[in-house]
Amino acid sequence: MATQKITIEPVTRIEGHAKVTIHMKEDGNVDHAYLHINEFRGFEKFCEGRMFFEMPSITPRICGICPVSHHLASAKVCDQIVGAEPPRTANLLRELMHMGQIVQSHGMHFFELAGPDLLLGFDADPAIRNVVGLIQANPALALKAVNLRKFGQEIIHTLGGRRIHPNFAIPGGVNKSLKASERDGILAGMAEAMATTVAGIAIMKDWAEKNREDIDKFAVFPTGYFGLVNPTGGLELYQGDCRLIDQKGNLLEQFSASRYLDYISEHVENWSYLKFPYYKKMGFPGGVYRVGALGRLNACDRIDTPIANEELKTFRALNPGKPVENTLHYHYARLIETLFAIERVGELLNDPDILSNDILNTKRDFHNEAVGVIEAPRGTLLHHYWVKDNGQIERVNLIVSTGHNNWAMSNAVDSVAKTYINGQTVREGLLNRVEAAVRAYDPCLSCSTHALGQMPMILEFIDPSGNVTETMRRD
Amino acid sequence: MAKPKVSMDWLAGCAGCEMSLLDMDERIVAVANLVDIRSTPITDLKVPDESGVDVGILSGAVNNTYNEEVAHRMRSRSKCLVSLGDCAVFGGVVAMRNFFKLEDALKRAYVETESTDSEGFVPSDPELCIPTEVRAVSDIVKVDVNVPGCPPDADVIFYVLSELGQGRIPELKGDKLHWH
Ligand code: SF4
Repeated sequence: MATQKITIEPVTRIEGHAKVTIHMKEDGNVDHAYLHINEFRGFEKFCEGRMFFEMPSITPRICGICPVSHHLASAKVCDQIVGAEPPRTANLLRELMHMGQIVQSHGMHFFELAGPDLLLGFDADPAIRNVVGLIQANPALALKAVNLRKFGQEIIHTLGGRRIHPNFAIPGGVNKSLKASERDGILAGMAEAMATTVAGIAIMKDWAEKNREDIDKFAVFPTGYFGLVNPTGGLELYQGDCRLIDQKGNLLEQFSASRYLDYISEHVENWSYLKFPYYKKMGFPGGVYRVGALGRLNACDRIDTPIANEELKTFRALNPGKPVENTLHYHYARLIETLFAIERVGELLNDPDILSNDILNTKRDFHNEAVGVIEAPRGTLLHHYWVKDNGQIERVNLIVSTGHNNWAMSNAVDSVAKTYINGQTVREGLLNRVEAAVRAYDPCLSCSTHALGQMPMILEFIDPSGNVTETMRRD
Repeated sequence: MAKPKVSMDWLAGCAGCEMSLLDMDERIVAVANLVDIRSTPITDLKVPDESGVDVGILSGAVNNTYNEEVAHRMRSRSKCLVSLGDCAVFGGVVAMRNFFKLEDALKRAYVETESTDSEGFVPSDPELCIPTEVRAVSDIVKVDVNVPGCPPDADVIFYVLSELGQGRIPELKGDKLHWH
């Protein structure tokens, strides 16, 4: 029998462009599966020569799902370039906007992108296995999901004037204060957002209970874990130190983002336009780690809001004393973070300083280089700019959230392909599981391919001399 | 009358245009009732029906050989082709890359960046597409409706889809023509 190759292109219900190739051995088992991130845009080059203060408007165009992360990471660099630490209220408002984004991004991913697999089934007809199918199957739930996303998007809109690519943070602060009526408007939506998230957790737990076998053989593997923590080790999404733990849960490093180059390097593989970050001291691939919801919940000591922290205890009980390694538990972790983000919205809005007009530090003390960090929904995002004395950008380096997960996503694809696929049993539903391995990481390939990007499904069977012998396509 | 079939795909963009479509919020249900949603990045059909669709929507700029293929396929299978968002309409932010040599942009990303280790090189596996000059969709295929904005407002997208869903070509003027 000829060796064959299966191509899944594009991978759907993920953000951006990718394809999967599954190379088969002569005996019909999977030899190796690859995740190809297939696009490059080149932000690191074409931002050169722009004025540094344009960057909070240019870099959000890297990603329309988490534009707020790029906007704020970029603004943090600009704060340092002009030497003006934002006043407390400005930081509270920026964090509020960021929490809005966490809610909309995590909420959308769970219900609209991953939801069809969980609620309709991995093997459901691909023609209805989507958000429209979900609307038809459960309109009440679909409407709640729409409203959860809307709650997050409206926070962004209230502060930044638009839901996507808002204009809010400026060097040294923000350009608008919050009115009491706006605060009350957001507060009024909190109870429903919380109820929908709690309902999502119930759906997730019920699904996990019924699909335990799948969860325990679906891309479970050890890695390090990486995320920001606050000064006492609690989960942090807005600003804090970077923490890296090993696969057993021991602390490897904790450092300020400005020193990231001492700890993180990126490896290039020929078959992907997305680089592979790793922990320098352990090399590649020994030093690979995971970021995003699973990475953060494994890396932190606790969550400093009560409802999310209670749920974290249940999460931790999945693998007592050790990090949770199951790829499919990313979904659960994302919902726990959504609880945290909604609770945090409440804390921020009830802060006595939130309505203050002290929103901009106008002090100026120019610096030529700075690093900004934030926990984007999908993981730690780093922006690093070098600026000439006239304010023009000289160089830019970006490490985006999904990049850190590149090795893990690729390994998950390989692992799921080997678990579920052999030459005799290629069915659409099994290939959908391979895609679901990618989807669980909620990759943001727009972010990843700031540097070039593609994600669609075609199965190609290739003989040993590289000729396509058969093509299966999903259309 | 059968509901008009709509397919969508994205080229080199940021997904912001698709997010703006979702920003129609509950009106998405009305749109789903008006049209038959076929292949899109957020549904599981991968490519537009071979038998054709009534409306094809593309967001993002044409930035590589794969984008070219997707754009040609969408054109040949759609009665009406819509360019959604600045990237598709005129190249958008990503077209800033045309001010540089493509080789330099690739070298910066995969070799020179400070965090890339000493073994960096520009990926060139045959599985990967080949980057090109950045172009608008209309530079390579005929476009019937241009919807500018970065991204266009959800209200505008709703209007465009409602009109197309009822067999009319949307007219974008006045309030409906925003540039952000
Ligand atoms: S037009 Fe703007 S929102 Fe749309 S894909 Fe391009 S950068 Fe993103």
